[in-house]
Amino acid sequence: MSSEAQEDRPTLAHTPLYDLHVELGGKMVPFAGYAMPVQYPAGIVAEHQHCRAQAALFDVSHMGQVRITGDEAAQSLETLVPGDLLGLTTGDQRYTQLTNETGGILDDLIVGRDQDNLFLVINASRKAADITHMRACLDTAVQLEALEDRALLALQGPQAAAVLGSLVPDCTALRFMQAGWYAIDGVDCRISRSGYSGEDGFEISTPADFAEPLARRLLAFEPVMPAGLGARDSLRLEAGLCLYGNDIDETTTPVEAGLTWSIGKRRRSEGGFPGAAVIQQQLAEGVERKRVGLRPQGRAPVRAGSLLTDEAGKEVGTVTSGGFGPSVGAPVAMGYVASELARPDQELTAVVRGKGHPIAVAKLPFVPAGYHRG
Amino acid sequence: MSKTVYSDEHEWVRVENGNATIGITDYAQEQLGDVVYVELPEVGTSLAKGDQAAVVESVKAASEVYAAVSGEVLEVNEALTDEPGKVNEDPQGAAWFIKMKLSDPSEVDALMDEAAYKDFVAQQG
Repeated sequence: MSSEAQEDRPTLAHTPLYDLHVELGGKMVPFAGYAMPVQYPAGIVAEHQHCRAQAALFDVSHMGQVRITGDEAAQSLETLVPGDLLGLTTGDQRYTQLTNETGGILDDLIVGRDQDNLFLVINASRKAADITHMRACLDTAVQLEALEDRALLALQGPQAAAVLGSLVPDCTALRFMQAGWYAIDGVDCRISRSGYSGEDGFEISTPADFAEPLARRLLAFEPVMPAGLGARDSLRLEAGLCLYGNDIDETTTPVEAGLTWSIGKRRRSEGGFPGAAVIQQQLAEGVERKRVGLRPQGRAPVRAGSLLTDEAGKEVGTVTSGGFGPSVGAPVAMGYVASELARPDQELTAVVRGKGHPIAVAKLPFVPAGYHRG
Repeated sequence: MSKTVYSDEHEWVRVENGNATIGITDYAQEQLGDVVYVELPEVGTSLAKGDQAAVVESVKAASEVYAAVSGEVLEVNEALTDEPGKVNEDPQGAAWFIKMKLSDPSEVDALMDEAAYKDFVAQQG
């Protein structure tokens, strides 16, 4: 058994739920500068299955929450992302990307339209860079506030609505990708019907000091089980969702990544965001490579970084995420392949530890989405 | 008479009549979490101490299992191919990985006995 050397690590940040994770037996690991639970004693597979069958509670407080205020907030942020933000009505939110001048992705994020401001959720690993970037580029009439005093909980799974609905009856009226502010025990919380598991569910932004009481209340419901980053990763992979730094980064464009659906129609024609020329050209002429789902044909998981080859042994792509899909009951992966090979059932070879393993291009998601579209 | 010794890579080696049965310890399976795949060497392979003997994969990651002793692979536990989860259920019994003919039985003496291994695990924190 090889084990990674226990190196001296820089001090890891704690979310407001750190003590609760430890109390629940969470196995704490470093992630994006935070000590986060990769799993609890039940284990990744049990946590994953429980989320698909009932409900799982995840701490995603390491993610960045940002408020952008000002009359021109949407207009100004549109200069940095290809999503249609002017078209957002109060209570709606949208998935989009911060792009660079070559159309690459600096981060992917959720932008919500609240009554008086935009509300953003950004990746933990990109938080500092995103905030610096936005502060430098946004119109001076716009105020950006990093909400460091808030926590974020994700309650995901088919029972999530019944559970949260018993605390906040009104929130069950939300449809997928809608959000609003609700009082829980008199505390203002922002609840959005969204998440990254492929299931119906909610993300709840709370003041930091209310995170633990709320988490304990949610965990007290019989269908709710705590779940860690391990299950979050296997759930999102089965759901065909991108992990920043693996499946998308500064060298991949939203078009190559299969995220064209998130680019507003008006934005496609008007442009006006970094890398628009590249992205418009790709939309018009196609791309050389595309992100696809991949199904290893044997039992061996094919991990990120594995090369993909064709019949002739020529390199035709790379795996960017891969592991075991507990709901699929088999290994699943995602990666980029040459566009002419990006069709379901295309047979390829994945190179794992120097040996070729058969792998087939597959439709995403691997598991049907359970989103509540109303 | 058989005796069981342990490596600092969290493998157990049960020695009997010059042959060794090798697997991973309960501590190792617990660290790995749910095992979803085990790749075993071919029967007849000669392994030197420290060579990669097997690969065990959990949901999260792949880990290599190195040969704790040198020898020739006599038998591999094919059952783990279809039921990798056995590694979590019975790591020090039914979920053995390989059986080897020891080429240098003195290597066994360098490994830890059960008491020493227990102390070693206790220090892992």
